[in-house]
Amino acid sequence: MTRPLYRFHGGVHPAEHKAESSGRPIATMPLLPRYAVPLRQHIGNPALPIVKAGDRVLKGQAIGQADGYVSTAIHAPTSGTVLGIEAQAVPHPSGLPDLCIVIESDGEDRAVDYQPLDWQHLDPSALRNRIRDLGLAGLGGAVFPSYIKLNPGAAQKIPTLILNGAECEPWITCDDRLMRERAEGILRGAAAMQAMLHADEIIVGIEDNKPEAAAALQAAAQQLGLAVEVALAPTLYPSGGGKQLTYLLTGKETPAGGLSTDIGVQVFNIGTAYSLYRAIEFGEPMISRIVTVTGHVGQPQNFEVRIGTPVADLIRQAGGELAGASGRLIGGPMMGFDLRNDAAPTTKAVNCVIVKSPALFPAAPPAMPCIRCGECARACPALLQPFELYWYARARDFGKAQGYRLFDCIECGCCSHVCPSHIPLVDFFRFAKDEVWAREREKEASEQARRRHEFHQFRLEREKQEKADKLAAKAVDRLKTVETGAADPEAERKKAILQAAIERAQKAKADITPKNVEGLPPEIEQEIADIDARRAKLRETAHAKDEDSE
Amino acid sequence: MTGSPYNLHVRYATPQIMRQLMLALLPAIGAHVWLFGPGILVGLLLCSLFAVGFETLVLLMRGQPLGFYLRDNTALVTAWLLALSMPTLAPWWLYLLGAFFAIVVAKHLYGGLGQNLFNPAMVAYAVLIVSFPIQMTQWAAPAQLAAHVPSLAEAFDLVFAGQGALSPDAYTSATPLDHLKTQLRTGTPMPKVMGQPLYGQVGGSGGEVVALMFLLGGAYLLGRRLITWHIPVAFLAAVAVTASLLQWHDPAQHAGALFHLASGGAMLGAFFIATDPVTAASTPKGKLLYAAGAGCLTVIIRAFGNFPDGVAFAILLMNIAAPLIDVYTQPRVFGTGGGKP
Amino acid sequence: MLTAILVMALGGLLLGGVLGWASVRYRVEDDPLVEKIDAILPQTQCGQCGFPGCKPYAEAISKGEADINRCPPGGEDGVKRLAELLGVDPKPLGEGLEHKPKSVAVIDENLCIGCTLCIQACPVDAIVGAAKQMHVIVADQCTGCELCLSPCPVECIHMEVVHEDVATWKWRYPVYTLHPTRPH
Repeated sequence: MTRPLYRFHGGVHPAEHKAESSGRPIATMPLLPRYAVPLRQHIGNPALPIVKAGDRVLKGQAIGQADGYVSTAIHAPTSGTVLGIEAQAVPHPSGLPDLCIVIESDGEDRAVDYQPLDWQHLDPSALRNRIRDLGLAGLGGAVFPSYIKLNPGAAQKIPTLILNGAECEPWITCDDRLMRERAEGILRGAAAMQAMLHADEIIVGIEDNKPEAAAALQAAAQQLGLAVEVALAPTLYPSGGGKQLTYLLTGKETPAGGLSTDIGVQVFNIGTAYSLYRAIEFGEPMISRIVTVTGHVGQPQNFEVRIGTPVADLIRQAGGELAGASGRLIGGPMMGFDLRNDAAPTTKAVNCVIVKSPALFPAAPPAMPCIRCGECARACPALLQPFELYWYARARDFGKAQGYRLFDCIECGCCSHVCPSHIPLVDFFRFAKDEVWAREREKEASEQARRRHEFHQFRLEREKQEKADKLAAKAVDRLKTVETGAADPEAERKKAILQAAIERAQKAKADITPKNVEGLPPEIEQEIADIDARRAKLRETAHAKDEDSE
Repeated sequence: MTGSPYNLHVRYATPQIMRQLMLALLPAIGAHVWLFGPGILVGLLLCSLFAVGFETLVLLMRGQPLGFYLRDNTALVTAWLLALSMPTLAPWWLYLLGAFFAIVVAKHLYGGLGQNLFNPAMVAYAVLIVSFPIQMTQWAAPAQLAAHVPSLAEAFDLVFAGQGALSPDAYTSATPLDHLKTQLRTGTPMPKVMGQPLYGQVGGSGGEVVALMFLLGGAYLLGRRLITWHIPVAFLAAVAVTASLLQWHDPAQHAGALFHLASGGAMLGAFFIATDPVTAASTPKGKLLYAAGAGCLTVIIRAFGNFPDGVAFAILLMNIAAPLIDVYTQPRVFGTGGGKP
Repeated sequence: MLTAILVMALGGLLLGGVLGWASVRYRVEDDPLVEKIDAILPQTQCGQCGFPGCKPYAEAISKGEADINRCPPGGEDGVKRLAELLGVDPKPLGEGLEHKPKSVAVIDENLCIGCTLCIQACPVDAIVGAAKQMHVIVADQCTGCELCLSPCPVECIHMEVVHEDVATWKWRYPVYTLHPTRPH
């Protein structure tokens, strides 16, 4: 039976450029002398390093552990010595450095003793924690920790498991090659996912420009006797977007701001399924992934790349940059970003390195004013009105932009791609989103500061109150002792002073209001000076201490 | 810094869209030359010159890159639309004033390309028809009815030097819409008016062919996906429905749907002016509402107003409403209700 | 004539009545103005405005006793938002006030003598420590008010600008050319 497909709104069809790299098999990278594994490889908390400079590590040994819920472990890509944990170039659009664990290879590539997971018998929660500790994260782009997504949740069941093999971005072929070459592993991983999620069905979504991959998966499914439906979707960017693929295959819309699990669907990249297979069958942590190296290089190809491999080495392995190279992209041309420094290592998120040339990636033509032609709205798969969003994002009117549902934008780039006026629309949306987040953070920080300041003042008041109480009690006490004594002038004087002190304390008590902190009248201040010359010199806080120690 | 996407694929960049629009106007211009004489070419030429001149001037004053903005062709499109809405063989200063109001007032004073609330050509037309009703209603008579069809050289003379030896009656006439209105007011019954030589098969003699050519050009734009069907279809449908209703109500006083569709600026408005994306509503539902409103108002203004044609005022009125229409017709965003289509 | 006046007066009364009733019936319960102003202020509690904290400054603004441009940590952006809220024209920051990049105070651990003076000065209790013990500033809670700098007898506290990192980095406002870079 063929599954009915539901065409999502919009989408574009950029030049595919898949053939450059899809023809060659996946090659293995030779062992390199140095690797740098970034601590931050996904949203949520970066991994917590558990090694220090000078430590000897083995391949596959955990060098960082999950810190909090949305986080996973990271592992040594080879055996060797930890040189340090230092800030260095990472693949990030900012070009800013970030902390990496730098490992010098000892050339032996000795691995820890991998323990296969007895996943069929392990307690589900323990199994998921093992998967977290093996560092599994989604390889499709978002790099969300897999162990969280493998939790069937309160319902104990997610009926539909979708494997995302659409790979709709131009140039990228790593999933294509993986499906062609390692279909069985992918499906074994998928079977484990199905068991963990208690899913009724497995659907693999593949764009119809990858018939070989689809055939390989079908053959493997038959061989394994696994009920897998391989659905060929029309090639249309961004069919590989999680929400788009879910809609394409099931006709269900992931609620805005929600998750696909809200509609009983969980989506994994096929690469993640393969990694899960390696993890459960061999106990292998996520220390490598397939990366496409293509564009203006000698020999575009896919490589099995250890996490932490410098991009420069990767490009060299693919025949190096050809003359006239004009930069490098990480990810595809629709959603990827410019890499500033090719010393940056690959991460679990890096699925493709494209070397640019002016011929392949001409500079964007100059932008013109928006004429509200609506091309962007016709291309937007999220059914947004990008030109309205642009209007408000450009004017920094973030409230209005959110009203036009800024945060439902998936940044797929379709709108910029088709804009007749060449306006970098997505850049405006990214800017606006980040600005909203930053303001949110600022607001939270100032809210916290306000609360802390209020408590600070409350505390000062309370201390003042306590001090006044103490003062009053003490004065009453002394008055009693003086009254019992002889009526000499000295005692009279003391009595008067103490009487004043009592009054003062009572007044201080009465005076205490939230804003009237230091409300001692000057004449009483004077009397304090008379009683104790020291007091007048010291600060109020210091004198409180003296009072206590008397 | 700009980020992805790094490959852009634009079917028509904005300057090319404008060029396509002009291309789509050519059949109608051709028909006009054939049926009304070459006079229209003078108007087109003058409007283009004045418009580009004003555009250059304003760009210089605003300190914006000249070559870049002049190449976008938007001033030319405005100029052509204005020339096609104005009477042929009007005095040259009328074109100058029109270009001034279109380019300087309606376009640049509102912020330039993409910022204007009102369609520049229609603003200019409205200003002119209110200020110079006589000059703006003297249209070239259809060639077969005119006592004399001015040649191109004569047309230049007429535009620059005034009428001179030629009496205006020799080459001008009221438009059928205008004529119909005055005739009906004097009590001439509808069939008798329609039987006069100024009228053709369905609309005005000659004018109906030009309208057909606008339709043809519009079809070309639709085929090229430079405009969507919403605005022209809703506009023309609204014109037809409103006209039919009025005719049904009082056949003696109101012409039918076909006459309204084939006369005046209906076709030009439906395909080339109401579809101006800057000033129109932009959501699919909004476009339907906007264009239906404009079509409806067009017929009402024609039937009850004092001006010969209602297209310009109808579109300007709906221009005001467009932003509000957009606010209330925002389409459903992915993942917000709905489900299976 | 009289009828006309009567009709108009009656109409005015009627409409006024309806409006008055509606304003009572549909009154929107609003935050007091002070709260709204306070929400815009950055809560640095630095006192640079001349008031002992953000709330007193907010109160002064609401009473019309202070100008809206006295808050350097809020910067031009803050002034703009206050201006919007109060319906007045934004203006540049006041004389002698300047917006500095967000900083946090850092204690030099080698110099700190544990005098607790900075702890008392901190308006948000972001400094931990005890007498004769080294003090530490909790960077997350430090508002950068600089109030702890002057009380320190050994000048061991300095301000450090918070640099953006991968986690706090923001996409910039897109700047793109409107001039042709090459013939198109």
